Amino acid sequence: MKILVPVKRVVDYNVKVRVKADQSGVELANVKMAMNPFDEIAIEEAVRLKEAGVASEVVAVSCGVPACQETLRAALAIGADRAVLVTSVVELQPLAVAKILKAIVEKEAPSLVILGKQAIDDDANQVGQMLAALLDWPQATFASKVEASDGQVRVTREIDGGLETLAMPLPAVITTDLRLNEPRYATLPNIMKAKKKPLETVAGESLGVDLAPRLTTLKVVEPPSRKAGILVADVAQLVDKLKNEAQVL
Amino acid sequence: MTTLVIAEHDNASLRSTTRNAITAARRLDGEVHVLVAGGGCSAACEAAAGIEGVDKVLCADQPACTDQGAEALASLVVAMVKAGTVAYTHILAPASTFGKNVTPRVAALLDVAQVSDVVAIEDANTYVRPIYAGNALATVRSDDGIQVLTVRTTAFDAAADGAAAPVEAVSIEAAAGGSSLVGRQLTESARPELGAAKTIVSGGRGLGNGDNFQALLEPLADRLGAALGASRAAVDAGFVPNDYQVGQTGKIVAPQLYVAVGISGAIQHLAGMKDSKVIVAINKDPEAPIFQVADYGLVGDLFDVVPQLTAALG
Ligand SMILES: Cc1cc2nc3c(=O)[nH]c(=O)nc-3n(C[C@H](O)[C@H](O)[C@H](O)COP(=O)(O)OP(=O)(O)OC[C@H]3O[C@@H](n4cnc5c(N)ncnc54)[C@H](O)[C@@H]3O)c2cc1C
Ligand SMILES: Nc1ncnc2c1ncn2[C@@H]1O[C@H](COP(=O)(O)O)[C@@H](O)[C@H]1O
Repeated sequence: MKILVPVKRVVDYNVKVRVKADQSGVELANVKMAMNPFDEIAIEEAVRLKEAGVASEVVAVSCGVPACQETLRAALAIGADRAVLVTSVVELQPLAVAKILKAIVEKEAPSLVILGKQAIDDDANQVGQMLAALLDWPQATFASKVEASDGQVRVTREIDGGLETLAMPLPAVITTDLRLNEPRYATLPNIMKAKKKPLETVAGESLGVDLAPRLTTLKVVEPPSRKAGILVADVAQLVDKLKNEAQVL
Repeated sequence: MTTLVIAEHDNASLRSTTRNAITAARRLDGEVHVLVAGGGCSAACEAAAGIEGVDKVLCADQPACTDQGAEALASLVVAMVKAGTVAYTHILAPASTFGKNVTPRVAALLDVAQVSDVVAIEDANTYVRPIYAGNALATVRSDDGIQVLTVRTTAFDAAADGAAAPVEAVSIEAAAGGSSLVGRQLTESARPELGAAKTIVSGGRGLGNGDNFQALLEPLADRLGAALGASRAAVDAGFVPNDYQVGQTGKIVAPQLYVAVGISGAIQHLAGMKDSKVIVAINKDPEAPIFQVADYGLVGDLFDVVPQLTAALG
């Protein structure tokens, strides 16, 4: 079976972003970019399913600016077989990404789509569920364990109260949580090999789907900052402060 | 204007997140209807009908909804909206794993955007939400005909009891979902729920292992009547179950008192707890970033400090 893995290019998780002075967004110039960490987990899972003989091909897809190619090359270096870049001149919001992915799914006919549960820039946590809805496929979000066999997949999900296990017929959509796996580091030979793997570019506007943003950002501001408190000398002083100053005991 | 709140419940009782969502719904003008979809959920329906500000409870007690799968619930909500008996303007659920699972499906089927993790409602189509692990707050406007939102529970108080709203059975049937429930392993705990706790004791990698986590933090949490939380590193290392994780991609909490023990204070962790009223940090590294947000920091070895603190509270 074929697995499709959408990967997003985002600000590296180590970067603490700054809000632009004109409040139009966050400063992205000269900021380190990387693959969304949940998408690395998604690629890793797909590659493991291929290594286990369950999957036959892993296709990575990224939607956005031409620089998303780097993200796709990173996915190819982990072990994806080929990549699709969908370019767009407009800002892509989750619903538009889901529509693009639906069009790609219709072309590629994968049995499984594995996405990240959330992109760490917009923190939306929407695209996987939206894609599943548009395709009328079952979904298992926040996966910490995936057992796929012919025609079926069993997924353990991280939920607020603990864990939940679902069984789904294929085709289906899965979104990854942190505990699903630990992505491998791409080795130098694999990075070199990735440069030769096929990467196809598609214009988003050619897919015949509505990409128009639905949400308008009116302003982006810094959150109120906490003022740093004090260091206490010992436990006795801590307890005294909590009782008499903060009055939380 | 009428808002439909999708209730989170376990058939027998409502989760407190539903009460936070109802408070958010009341910030919008117009009526508040609460959909309780489940199997054998009449007790949860009754509970919803008693909450202040609720105008009507819609009770969908159907086999297809028993396991509250996303496919079934989304199909039901969309069918109710399309039936048009009530012209819903807003659909709202808590930004819990439950809400996050269901509402984007609803939004996509209605061909509208979703606004996730709303922390403030400015008017009927303008909302504030954190982005980039809470390092920025965006004000966004949606021009879609129906507004689908998930709301951050820590940003809205839990609505209290104080109403006797009518309960109506939903005659529309949910479509059976493609996924089926195999089982649930819920973490049993006598402690308060993380999301609703007044005090939280949270542990990180500094605890070293699960036995230390238990031996040191359980007695402290007992003394404080606190819930237990953890950093991602502590969960990944298997000290505690996944549902303890506080942070950008775990639970968002805002208790009166948050005690961080052996946690460095990575931005992803801070994203989940920096709205706590009082933060205490115990860490042996004076440079740990957690001290930049802590009201009271204690530099020291947690293996000495925590037992002392537990004893001092005795
Ligand atoms: C996509 C993504 C999502 C993430 N989501 C989350 C999330 O939701 N929540 C989250 O918490 N993290 C999250 N993280 C991880 C985050 O970046 C950090 O790695 C994590 O929070 C670190 O956990 P920690 O503070 O326990 O461990 P460390 O950073 O290793 O810190 C351990 C601390 O313990 C102290 N210590 C050690 N021994 C002692 C002792 N004897 N006495 C006192 N102090 C001691 C050390 O000084 C150190 O400060 C995420 C990361 C990514 C990439
Ligand atoms: N522009 C994009 N290109 C490819 N995949 C994306 C894009 N945006 C989101 N995704 C996928 O959808 C997941 C959830 O994103 P979001 O709903 O935006 O939080 C991500 O982890 C990716 O797998």
